[in-house]
Amino acid sequence: MKNKTKQTAKVDRDHGLRLLRKMLLIRRFEAKSAELYSAMKIRGFLHLYDGEEAVAVGVMEALTPEDAVVATYREHGQALARGVSANAIMAEMYGKQEGCSRGRGGSMHLFDAAARFYGGNAIVGGGLPLALGFALADAMQGKKRVTCCFFGDGATAEGVFYESLNLAALWRLPVLFILENNLYAMGTAICYAHAVADIAPKAASHGVQTEIVDGMDVLAVEKGARRGAEFVREGNGPYFIECRTYRFRAHSMFDAELYRTRAEVEKWRKRDPIASFFDLCKEQAVLSDADMEELERDVAAEVDGAVAFAEAGTWEPVEDLTRYVYSEGRPR
Amino acid sequence: MNPGTQMVKLTYREAAREGLRDALARDPRVFLMGEDVGHYGGCFAVSKGLLQEFGPERIRDTPLSELAFTGMGIGAAMGGMRPIVEIMTVNFSLLALDQILNNAATLLHMSGGQFNVPLVIRMATGAGKQLAAQHAHSLEGWYAHIPGIRVVSPATLADVRGMLWTALEDPDPVLIFENNTLYTMEGELAVDAGPVDIDHARVLREGSDVSIITYSASLHKSLAAAETLAGEGISAEVIDLRTLRPLDDATIMGSVAKTHRALIVDEGWRSGSISAEISARIVEQAFYELDAPVERLCSAEVPIPYARHMEQAAIPQAETIVATVKRMVQSHG
Ligand SMILES: Cc1ncc(C[n+]2csc(CCOP(=O)(O)OP(=O)(O)O)c2C)c(N)n1
Repeated sequence: MKNKTKQTAKVDRDHGLRLLRKMLLIRRFEAKSAELYSAMKIRGFLHLYDGEEAVAVGVMEALTPEDAVVATYREHGQALARGVSANAIMAEMYGKQEGCSRGRGGSMHLFDAAARFYGGNAIVGGGLPLALGFALADAMQGKKRVTCCFFGDGATAEGVFYESLNLAALWRLPVLFILENNLYAMGTAICYAHAVADIAPKAASHGVQTEIVDGMDVLAVEKGARRGAEFVREGNGPYFIECRTYRFRAHSMFDAELYRTRAEVEKWRKRDPIASFFDLCKEQAVLSDADMEELERDVAAEVDGAVAFAEAGTWEPVEDLTRYVYSEGRPR
Repeated sequence: MNPGTQMVKLTYREAAREGLRDALARDPRVFLMGEDVGHYGGCFAVSKGLLQEFGPERIRDTPLSELAFTGMGIGAAMGGMRPIVEIMTVNFSLLALDQILNNAATLLHMSGGQFNVPLVIRMATGAGKQLAAQHAHSLEGWYAHIPGIRVVSPATLADVRGMLWTALEDPDPVLIFENNTLYTMEGELAVDAGPVDIDHARVLREGSDVSIITYSASLHKSLAAAETLAGEGISAEVIDLRTLRPLDDATIMGSVAKTHRALIVDEGWRSGSISAEISARIVEQAFYELDAPVERLCSAEVPIPYARHMEQAAIPQAETIVATVKRMVQSHG
């Protein structure tokens, strides 16, 4: 297991702008989503990624459009970073048929075939074996693609996690495991859920190549993910990255946050992945405050556009309720 | 209830919590375990405050390990404790299904009567909160397929508080299904409300033209429908099944013998559902009492969709109950 220490990486301007824009888009898009939830435009469960943006954005840098992504119910960040349109995501959360899942999935079930974005899984750990299957299919068809699977620390207590690690290692499947360790599974702190709170060694003990990165540092995540994706693509089997991160907001909109202190949240907020990356870019004189202002305007326009798109969207006719239970156009 | 007993206003959620408090206070063998029952306060806030009141030995936050902690509940029950296992929702209980079916439901029989499993498992069920297809199904009817367990589904404050008590006294596994739309329902309950029987269905509204046989959240829609129907001169009897396994045939057949028409309202999918079982039993046991075919209102046979209008269209509604009953009464009057 490697534990890479942080080096102050050099950023070039375009790269800096791209990473910053993506993280900012996620942050602003979700802040708007929370507002719309209070306004009852969005319903069901809404899990925000606030604080964890560097993970999805850093990881996606390492993937090609041919690779596959499997995410959890906290997946707005992954979807946006992967390039699923903000319009389609917002419309989905409105329940409109222009949504990326036709309004049938909502916030927890974003899907986009064109982006090879396979959800949006709300059963904790449910995406892991699915990812193995995509990887197996690629391996069997001789396709040099990576399947990237996101999951939380909570998922690593489920039996399916260990079953999946073992199988992936045993069959050397091309899976990039991305653990988003935000220290809590809903309101259960990792110390109440894991006898050994270090998760990465558990993956290593299955023979999976493993590394730990600072999940609040987008460049560190990107570097790790590039190493991992290359390792997987070269046919060396699975790779596991633990991203140490933190969610700034409640688990979902239905959470009184009784299980952690304000002080703890404030401490982590000081390591805000967006602010700290922008600071780094400023230090290196590749970005300025004016750049940030322009990005904010640009992102605000995209978010407003998504809301307008969702508002203008249409409701799927009730007569279509039983569509998509079985495939249409089945040969007879 | 004793005359003069003090009544209090509370929600279904609070009544469920009172049931847990009763159980924990009464019997030192009782403990609650499940995901987020402690520090978080329960995913539906049912167990809020219990960790502070009863301590971490008895209010146990588990890791996300449904299979393991459900199986552990079975072992602990056999080992002399009286565990209450909470699974957040019925969809997640599928991760524990192996233990429920292959151990909890079978051990007494397989061991030739040596080992009973006095375990209670609680979980939320049902659609209506726009939680989509991995959070909103009604699989209690599936569980009612399994011999060796009891399946109950409290629809009232008295039942959600009192059924837990009775379930804990049962020598065998009892699964309690709480519909997630009921948690905010308000009502009145005696401060000292106690155990209730879990063997009988209950006629909640007497009527003479049709028997509406239902349970859980659909009960309240059925009662509302019966009220509307009364305004149109149709007298509907409404039965709360309360227990899905074993079914109380006597109450069902008694009602059908009186009204000669039966409508079953069930939030589960129609094919192979508890409503299918009830319908078959009515045909088997009360065929000659019927003036009209037995009818069923169930969920549409789709994974529950997210969009509100689609979700509501997928599950039984008071309006559809009214329309169905009118058709039954008029076309076969
Ligand atoms: C099998 C299963 N059990 C329980 C839940 C309820 N639940 C949803 S999210 C969650 C916590 C998961 O924590 P983690 O994996 O760390 O991801 P995070 O939410 O922190 O991103 C729980 C218990 C679920 N969705 N699926």
